[in-house]
Amino acid sequence: MVSSVPENSENTANSDFVYDSKVEGNIIFTQVDAAINWMRKNSLWPMPMGLACCAIELMATASARFDISRFGAEVMRFSPRQADVMIVSGTVTYKMALAVKRVWDQMPEPKWCIAMGACASSGGMYRSYATLQGIDRLIPVDVYISGCPPRPEALIEGLLRLQRKIDTESSTRELKAEPAEEVVKGLGI
Amino acid sequence: MSNLVAKIQEHYSDHVISTKEFRDEHTVVIRKEAIKAVMQYCRDHLDLQMLLDICSIDHESIDPRFEMVYELSTIDDSQHIRIKTPVAEDEEVDSVSDIWATADWHEREVYDMMGIKFTDHPNMKRILMWEGYPYYPLRKEFPLAGKPTDMPDVAFTGVAPMEGGPFVTSSSATSTVAAEPRAKGES
Repeated sequence: MVSSVPENSENTANSDFVYDSKVEGNIIFTQVDAAINWMRKNSLWPMPMGLACCAIELMATASARFDISRFGAEVMRFSPRQADVMIVSGTVTYKMALAVKRVWDQMPEPKWCIAMGACASSGGMYRSYATLQGIDRLIPVDVYISGCPPRPEALIEGLLRLQRKIDTESSTRELKAEPAEEVVKGLGI
Repeated sequence: MSNLVAKIQEHYSDHVISTKEFRDEHTVVIRKEAIKAVMQYCRDHLDLQMLLDICSIDHESIDPRFEMVYELSTIDDSQHIRIKTPVAEDEEVDSVSDIWATADWHEREVYDMMGIKFTDHPNMKRILMWEGYPYYPLRKEFPLAGKPTDMPDVAFTGVAPMEGGPFVTSSSATSTVAAEPRAKGES
C-alpha cells in the first residue's frame, strides 16, 4: 500500500519543506499565467452590443433554456468599463459604427470581441451604402460566429472557443517584458 | 369617380393636374403650391384623418424630376386616397407636419434619402444616415454599393463589395431555401 503522506516527518533532512498534513490538499501548484487565464476565461463579463435580430438570440443564450452562466459569462454589463468581452450581435450601420468603437475603447484591458452572426462578421446580406462590411474593419475580433442569426448553441460554442484562446495567452510574460525593456533603454546600454 | 376625388376637383379645380383610378385606387395629382391647402381640406372636410405614409419618387430623366406621394385614409379605413405632387430638383415642399404630427419623421426620411427639403418643418435634418453625410442614397444616380466618405470623429462610409451583384430574394423560387437573399452570381 502506497501512502503519499510520510508517516514520520522528523526523519526528513530539511524540516522547512516537510509535508504538512494540515495544509496539504489546500495548496495547488500552478503557473501564474495558467492561474490568471483560468480565472479570466471562466468569468467573462460580456458587453452586449445588441444591434439587430442576433441580439434576440443573445438574450435567449442568457436565459434559462441555454443558460450561458454555466460557462461563467452571465454577468451582462451595460457599462463598458465593467466588461471583458464585447459581443457584437447585429448589423453595424455606419451611423452606429463609431459608437460601437467608442464603447469598445472604453472597455478596460484585457478585452476580447466576438462578432456574432453574418452581419457583424462581414456585413451579411446588407451589401449597401449604409452598412459597415464587418466590425473587424474597426475593432479586432477574436471569434467569428456564422449564422443568420446563429443559434444559442453556436454562441456558446463561440464563447468556449474564446475561452480556449484565452487559455493560451501568456498574460504575465508579456507584462514583464515591458518594464525590463524600459530599464535597458534608460541605462542607455 | 370617387366622391372624394370629385370634391377635391370641385374645390381645387385650378390646382388639380390629373386624376387616375386603377383597381379602385384613386390618385389625384395636384400642383405643389396647393399641397398644404389640399391636405388641410382633406383632413377637415373629407374625413381623411389619417396620414398613412409619405414617400417620394425619383423619375431622373423626367422634368420635374421628383414626385411626392401622400397616402390618406379615413379612421375606419373605408376610404383611401393617394395625393401626388411633382417637385423640381431645387424646389422645396410645404411641410404638413403641423397637420399630422406623424409627417415629421416621414418628411425627414424623404429629405435624408432623396434630398427634397420641406419649408416650415420643425426639425429638418437627417433621420437614418448620419448628420453631415454628403449624398442622398435613394436618388437614381447613387450606386447601391455606396460611396466612400470620411468625417473624422463623426462617421465614415465605405464601398460594399458587389461581386456577384447585390443580395436579392428570388420570388420565383420553389423552395424557401432557394428564395433566401443571396447574390445572383453565387450558387
